[in-house]
Parts: sequence; structure tokens; C-alpha cells
Amino acid sequence: MGVTGWTTLLIGASFLLYIVIAFRSRASSTGEFYIAGQHVPPLANGMATAADWMSAASFISMAGIISFSGFDGSVYLMGWTGGYVLLALLLAPYLRKFGKFTVPDFIGERYYSQTARLVAVICAIFVSFTYVAGQMRGVGVVFSRFLEVDVTWGVVIGMGIVFIYAVLGGMKGITYTQVAQYCVLIFAFMVPAIFISLMVAGTAIPQIGFGSTAIGSETSLLSRLDGLHEQLGFTQYTLGSGNTINLLAITFALMAGTAGLPHVIIRFYTVPSVRAARQSAGWALLFIAILYTTAPAVAVFARTNLIDTVYREGEFQRHDQMPSWFQTWERTGLIEFKDINGDGRIQYVGKAATDGAGDPIANELTIDRDIMVLANPEIAELPDWVIALVAAGGLAAALSTAAGLLLVVSTSISHDLLRKWLRPDLSEKSELLAARIAAGVAVCVAGYLGIHPPGFVAEVVAFAFGLAAASFFPAILLGIFMKRMNREGAISGMVVGLLFTAGYIIYFRFLHPELDNEANWWWGISPKGIGTVGMCFNFMVAGIVRSFTDDPPEEVVRMVEEIRLPEKP
Amino acid sequence: MNSESEKMRTYWKKNLILISVLLAIWALVSFGLGIYWAEDLHEIHAPLPGTPLGFWFAQQGSIFTFVVLIWIYAWRMNRLDDEFSSSGEGE
Repeated sequence: MGVTGWTTLLIGASFLLYIVIAFRSRASSTGEFYIAGQHVPPLANGMATAADWMSAASFISMAGIISFSGFDGSVYLMGWTGGYVLLALLLAPYLRKFGKFTVPDFIGERYYSQTARLVAVICAIFVSFTYVAGQMRGVGVVFSRFLEVDVTWGVVIGMGIVFIYAVLGGMKGITYTQVAQYCVLIFAFMVPAIFISLMVAGTAIPQIGFGSTAIGSETSLLSRLDGLHEQLGFTQYTLGSGNTINLLAITFALMAGTAGLPHVIIRFYTVPSVRAARQSAGWALLFIAILYTTAPAVAVFARTNLIDTVYREGEFQRHDQMPSWFQTWERTGLIEFKDINGDGRIQYVGKAATDGAGDPIANELTIDRDIMVLANPEIAELPDWVIALVAAGGLAAALSTAAGLLLVVSTSISHDLLRKWLRPDLSEKSELLAARIAAGVAVCVAGYLGIHPPGFVAEVVAFAFGLAAASFFPAILLGIFMKRMNREGAISGMVVGLLFTAGYIIYFRFLHPELDNEANWWWGISPKGIGTVGMCFNFMVAGIVRSFTDDPPEEVVRMVEEIRLPEKP
Repeated sequence: MNSESEKMRTYWKKNLILISVLLAIWALVSFGLGIYWAEDLHEIHAPLPGTPLGFWFAQQGSIFTFVVLIWIYAWRMNRLDDEFSSSGEGE
């Protein structure tokens, strides 16, 4: 059985599993559709949260990003895990105690305002849709790479699967398929990582291989890699680019954004108690950490393998002597070789590279970062079934995240817009029907966006974090920890935070991309990190406006006191 | 009634202290050791023989610490909940 056979088999089997789970966990009430009836045990919710959170980007792209950026890539590792500390300590237990259905629910009731609810709904839908388009695209890409199916058909198949379990089962169906998807994706990520760690570092634990000496060498992997980087004119792998304030800002924006993303927060509404919410945050980060501490090790192994392939014993290798995987991925356009000096050898160098006479050398090789995970098994000459496993894992990661996001869109529409705003007299049965229809429509819109991605999807996904950091995170935090925070303060804070962050991003990324560099950034902070500043503005404006407007009504103050009380066993 | 609200204030204060301590560690390992002081720690190779300490905190150590912090919080708070919700109104 070849790679295609294995891939078809594994993807088919995993899809069958998801559908079986979907039929066994159909939702029969809005409570089940929105929050799985609050019956999800903490361990299962931890797995579901991990799958919900780890998207196609975490599975396919992250190791590659780190591989090419070295130390600077750490911001993603720390940002996308450190947010869970904020979530577990500052938000999740209280939101669970509050115990409604959605994030806009909390904002709307805590700030006794339909305007606040509406601002939250719009943010939630915007953030979720931009994010989901990337996932659907990821599904299509995996299909087209591994099965040579057209991207469009890949997206359609993915839509069909999500449609079945999201529309039938709502949160209940999504939760249990996500548990299965976590198992698939972590297995698929770990198997090649362990193989490669054994080959490169001689240990089965990638986290230890990360700091070992390379087989057949005296020096450690990392210092050998640093040496290679220096010879080829790249910046050192283990040292940063030096803009510390920017790294700090990006890391914080990613952390606060993670804690403020509605599809993650909503998972903590599904557990039976506050105690379970705290524990399930612990499980979630543990399950996420398995992948997130393996990824930097994979990054080091893959980077070393790649450089060793094109640059051996002080010489750039000839293009016609490259192994077969090189040509395979060249055909997909993910590897590009342009023989600028016409010597038939692959000059793969960084900006600072010079030849013997001190003249600069031109780089001739461009590599897509996704290669690092997708082609890793082939580079390491692993068996066919491992290559197929990576495809199934990538699909699991993309589908699980897409489903979680689509549920946020559907509940925002059926619950927050219809039931709580436009049609308060809606019966439970019609609300459930509305939720299913909204989920169905959302799947189709997401599919369309996946097939015809607006050019800026990749940009916007990164900024979803900045916007969440500047709006949701401060609003929820103040709502819990500052009893006297009122409607006027919270709304003006959110609006200022959003407008400032969105304005800065739009100015530098869309209106004046030529100015998007360190010299022009305010305080040296890039658009990726500006959410941190937006958040500070949010806090300041909220505090100032609150000080000269009326206190919140008595019953809201009592509600805040109530969510702070210890839970009765 | 009064002693009850007194008790809840103590509970909330204990919660806030715990959160502050854990968040201080959270900031220290990530923003401190992982980013701000990473370059100063570059020559120290720990905890593995081949990893500069700052780099290790940025890509491994901080994540391990985060997991431990969340579990400590869950364990301490769940115990605090038991303590403060079970002992009745009489106290």
C-alpha cells in the first residue's frame, strides 16, 4: 500500500469515527446545543479544549515558524500557552459560576446594556469568521497535497463532515468529536517527532533531544545549528533580534487574546461545576503543552536536517543531486530554487552571507514554512503510514477548531441576537431550530471563504488576537474584579481599545505597508503586539469614564458578589 | 450575617493573594527569564547540557511552569472552596 492508499484509509477511518460520534451525541435542547448540558467531565473537556484551540496553524505551521525564526518564534509558544494561566486564574471559574450560554451573555448582563451585548456579538462573529476561513483553507490544502484532490473539493468534503456533527449535535456533538480529534492529532504529531528525535538525537523524548548532542558529533544540536547559521549568514538561532519591547508586547497580546477568544472561553461553560472548570483548564494546558513543547524540538531537528541536505562539509550541494522529496515539494511550489549564479548548486544563505572575497552571496532557495511538518516524515525517510498520519492529524486539527468557531457564530446569532434581542418570545424549540439553521449557514459561509479566501486572511487571523486582547479580555476582567465598573466605562473602554488597535493595524498593514517597519512603529511595537497597548488604553479609558458616571445598579453589584463566592459542594 | 460576609471577604482576599503570587511567577518565567533576561542567561547551559538557559525558558521551561501554576491554583482553590462553603453559618 502506497502513501495515497494509507492516506485514504486513515482519513476515511477518522471521518467515519467522527460521524459515528456525531450520531450518538445528538442535541435535543438548547442547553445541550449551546453548552453540552454542562455534563462534560473535566478531563474530556481538557482534551476538547486542546483540540478546539490547536488549529491547522498550530499543527502544520507553528514548528515551521519557529524553525525559520529561532528565538523570536518563542513569542508564539509562550503567548499561546501563557494565555491559559490568565484564563484559569482570572476568567474561567467566574464565568462558569455566572453560568449562562455565551460571552456576549456575560458582557450584556454584567454591563446591563444591549449595546454592550451587541458590540460583543459583532466582535465574536468577526473574530470567529476570520479564523474559520483559515481552517477551511487548511482542510482544502491537506486534501490537495496528500490525495491530489482539488482544493475546492477538499473544502466541500470538510464542510460536509463539520455540517453533520455541528448541526446535529451542537456543542454536545462537537465536544465528543473534539476528544477523538485530539487523540488523532496528538498521535499524528508525536509519532514522526519521536522517530526524528531518535534519528537525530538518539532519544525517544523530543524535549530531551532538544538539548542533546547530535549523533556522531561532540557539540550539542543547538550550538551546531548556531554555528551553521553563522556560516550561512543567518541570525543566531538561539538569540533574539534584539527588539525586546516588541517581543514583550507581542507575547502579552497573544496571551490576553488567547484568554479572550470566545470559542475557548465557551468551553468552560460546558463542565458541571466551578471546581471542574479549574481542573479542566489544567488538563487543557497539559494536553496543549505536549504538542507545544515538542514543536520547538521538531523545529530544531527539521532545520538541521534541511541545512545538512543542501550544505554539506562546507559546500553547497548540486541541485540535480537532491533527494526525491526535494523534487516532490518543488512541484507543489512550496520549495523554490532559482539558480541565480548559474553554477547548478543551491546557495541557501541569509542576509549577512559573504563569499571568500567578502562579496555578498544571493540566496537561491525559498522554502515554505509548512514544509517543516508536512515533509518532515519524507525528509527523515519514515514509512508511508506515518506520512498518511500527518495528513489525518492536520485535518483533525483544522476540523476541530472550525467546529468550535462555527458554534460561537451560531449561538451568537440564535441566542444573543434572536432570543435576547430581536425575538424575546421565541420558544425553546424554535430557538434550537434557529441555532441549527445558523450553524448550517455559517458552515456554508466558512466553506465559501475557504474556497475563495480574501487575500488578507492570514493577516487578519493574527490580528484577531490583538482585537480580542483589546476588547473582550479587559471587559470581562473588569467585570469580575472591579465591582463598581459600570456600563459607560466598559463600553467606552472597549470601543477605544478596538478602534485604536484596528486603526493601527489597518494603517500599517493595509494603507501604508511600506511604512510597516521598526523605524515608524510607535514605541517600536509592531501591529502584532499593538493589542497590548490597546488593552492599556481600554483600562485607562474605562477607569476615567467610570469615575464621573453613575455607579452600576445594586442588583449588578450583587451579581458580581455572587460569582465571587465559593461554590457549594 | 455579618460574620458570614466577613468570611467571604477573607475567602476573596486569600484568592487574590494566591492569584498575585502565581501571576508573579507566570510573568517571571516568560517575560523575565524567557525574554528580558534571556541574553544575559545565554552563556549558562541548563537544565539540559545543550540549551542556553534563557532560550530553554522561552521555548520549554515557561510552558512547563504554566501547567504547574494552573494545577496549583485548581488544587488550592478547590480546597479553599471546601473549607469556606462547608462550615455553615454558625461561625
